[in-house]
Amino acid sequence: MKKTTFLGTVAAAAMVAGVAGAGTLDDIKAKGFLQCGVSTGLVGFAAADANGNWGGFDVAVCRAVAAAVLGDAQAVKFTPTTGKTRFTALASGEVDMLARNTTWTFTRDVDLKFTFVGVNYYDGQGFMAPKSLGVTSAKDLDGATICIQTGTTTELNLADYFRSNNISYEPVPVETNSEAQQQYLSGACDVLTTDASGLAATRATFEKPGDHVVLPEIISKEPLGPLVRHGDDNWADVVRWTLNALIAAEELGVTSANVSEMGMKAGNNPEINRLLGTEGGLGEKLGLSNDWAKNAIAAVGNYGEIFEKNIGENTPIGLSRGLNAQWTNGGLIYTPPFR
Amino acid sequence: MTKKVSYVRTEMLPEQTPPLTAAGPIAWMKTNLFSSISNSILTVAAIIALYFILSGLLPWIFHSSWAAGSLNECRDVIKEAYGPDASGACWAVIRERYLQLAYGFYPPFPGGEMNGFAPMEGASLPGYFRPNLTFILMLVALSPILFSALPRKMLWFSAIYPFLGFWLLWGGSVWVPVMAFMGFVLAGLAFQIIGKMFGSLFGVIAAFVVPVLWWIALSGYAADMMQSIVPVGLLPIESSQFGGFMLSIIIGITGIVVSLPIGVVLALGRQSDMVIVKALCVGFIEFIRGVPLITLLFVASVLLQYFLPADVTFDKILRVVIMVTIFAAAYMAEVIRGGLAALPIGQYEAADSLGLDYWKATRLITMPQALKISIPGIVSTFIGLFKDTTLVSVIALMDPIGLTNNIRGDANWNGIVWELFGFVGFVFFVFCFSMSRYSMYLERKLKTGH
Repeated sequence: MKKTTFLGTVAAAAMVAGVAGAGTLDDIKAKGFLQCGVSTGLVGFAAADANGNWGGFDVAVCRAVAAAVLGDAQAVKFTPTTGKTRFTALASGEVDMLARNTTWTFTRDVDLKFTFVGVNYYDGQGFMAPKSLGVTSAKDLDGATICIQTGTTTELNLADYFRSNNISYEPVPVETNSEAQQQYLSGACDVLTTDASGLAATRATFEKPGDHVVLPEIISKEPLGPLVRHGDDNWADVVRWTLNALIAAEELGVTSANVSEMGMKAGNNPEINRLLGTEGGLGEKLGLSNDWAKNAIAAVGNYGEIFEKNIGENTPIGLSRGLNAQWTNGGLIYTPPFR
Repeated sequence: MTKKVSYVRTEMLPEQTPPLTAAGPIAWMKTNLFSSISNSILTVAAIIALYFILSGLLPWIFHSSWAAGSLNECRDVIKEAYGPDASGACWAVIRERYLQLAYGFYPPFPGGEMNGFAPMEGASLPGYFRPNLTFILMLVALSPILFSALPRKMLWFSAIYPFLGFWLLWGGSVWVPVMAFMGFVLAGLAFQIIGKMFGSLFGVIAAFVVPVLWWIALSGYAADMMQSIVPVGLLPIESSQFGGFMLSIIIGITGIVVSLPIGVVLALGRQSDMVIVKALCVGFIEFIRGVPLITLLFVASVLLQYFLPADVTFDKILRVVIMVTIFAAAYMAEVIRGGLAALPIGQYEAADSLGLDYWKATRLITMPQALKISIPGIVSTFIGLFKDTTLVSVIALMDPIGLTNNIRGDANWNGIVWELFGFVGFVFFVFCFSMSRYSMYLERKLKTGH
């Protein structure tokens, strides 16, 4: 289903792309690459390096899906999307999936007709204040000026939180995260609020990070996850179970280092065997090869490895696992069983 | 006897320098800076203000670090070199990313290793050969338009340059731009032949209809056919890899070059006596001028996807270029209409009395004068258009502003703001200032008043 149209002179530049004619999975196999929507640049989650290679926590999900479907983690074309263009890019078929730190909400799932396939990061809105301000809790912030990004869920969460605690605040609306940083550092606002992961990343860039504290209160639930369009359940399954495979791999102790050895032949643990395709033929049921999960894990590592490499405690961002620890360690990261 | 003269000067005195109070820097300062008490106060105030600005700015610019791998390294280097309280610019980010800011993700060695970022074995072309060549050829193609002293034959190159430049940048089969160019050749032929047979009105109509039919129905097949017979092509580069100043220049220059002729046509149409032509032009101009550019860009990037059939997608850069062009054309039309309105009615009457028809009168008498009057307005529109190209970052194209966001997404450079925006602003200043100086040169050259 390819057709070229020529409208006007430079229409020679018209690009050809098939959109969701057959199943998305078949389309991707036919064109040989995955088209993945990511952020235009969010530290730790998605950014291109000096050579134009994308990397980050969200980007790793795209690469894992590409490795599972096509056997090649490099077979991804990244489409940077802004907060305003991300949903249309997915809905119009410009991208096959979106992995762009997008909060799973009712309206996005139901009204915008997307399918969130899972959660790869449990975030929540927090506050950061200078140590010199002497606050230890968000409840002490009565009368504070707060820098807040307009048009986001954080703005609404903030209003809700202060109203329910019966304290007042003065909002300083800003447009972007970098503007918020500048305003906060120049003292235009006492407090900065955004997702806790963003606060940690921002604090890490300060000249004296020790002068600022992140307050303990988390005032909202922001489950971030990859999403696909409604209406192609098979493709949603592929993305969902690729993400689950990364999570299961960590739980089962499969890493990028030992996956090729463990996947050579069936071992003693039947769940690992089913995951890595030495038993059970789960990959075929998805329409993939049986070593799909093995390819994904070999390419990007398991969930824990991805976390440590991009946003973990040894990176400049330095996030602890917290809610994003495995359920066996008291976190929320949990996958249904592979059987 | 001759009278004895006690003293006669026999040689000329050498010229003396004027007294210090009448010429030289002191005199200049006296007349320009301290001519009155109020002027003296203002001068002193201005000097103090300048001192405060520069004493803050210059140390920041020069107490800087050029060689560091991350923002924190930068800070350490600066503290080591200039003392523990020093804070300076971290230009190292520009040093690491200047190629990205210039070319986006365009591969320097298409077909090479690492997605084209490392040269292939045995390849000899220097990095970014294709965009650099395109840029140099662009200067060559623009020069006969900008400077009338150059030979007029060079205009032929200017005519084929858009197709050549497109092919060099995007790559792919050479026959696609060749067949697109053929459309214009056909338009010319149709105008000549049909115009001679049925009159010039039908000629004009044919010149529009024939190439459009060609582009829609035939040129794709013709290009495919020629490609299968004589395969000539470059490795195709996708639009998503375009970025940086290259993208700004592509959008800006295309918009500038195409919007001027469209603007001229619209301005003439708006002044026309033909009701439908006039209504169309007025409607177009007022609609486009009534809508913000950012809205048009959102339509281009988001809405068009819904309107087009599912199996057809337009290249995103092309969509943006079209929107920017029509936006600039509407403004251009009004600027040129201002020039036409400023011409004395006598010029129109003189053209009529010479027996020139409408096109000749416009081409030879009125339009050159109107354009000359409009130069400052036209160049202002150009400069505005060029700066407006940064708006495409809102629809996630990687222009220099969009790239600054992406660079901050790198954990090493998160938190860098002023250096990046300062650099981008400086480069934009260079471009816009050159355009402004050129327009002043042109005004001086075309000045016919006495």
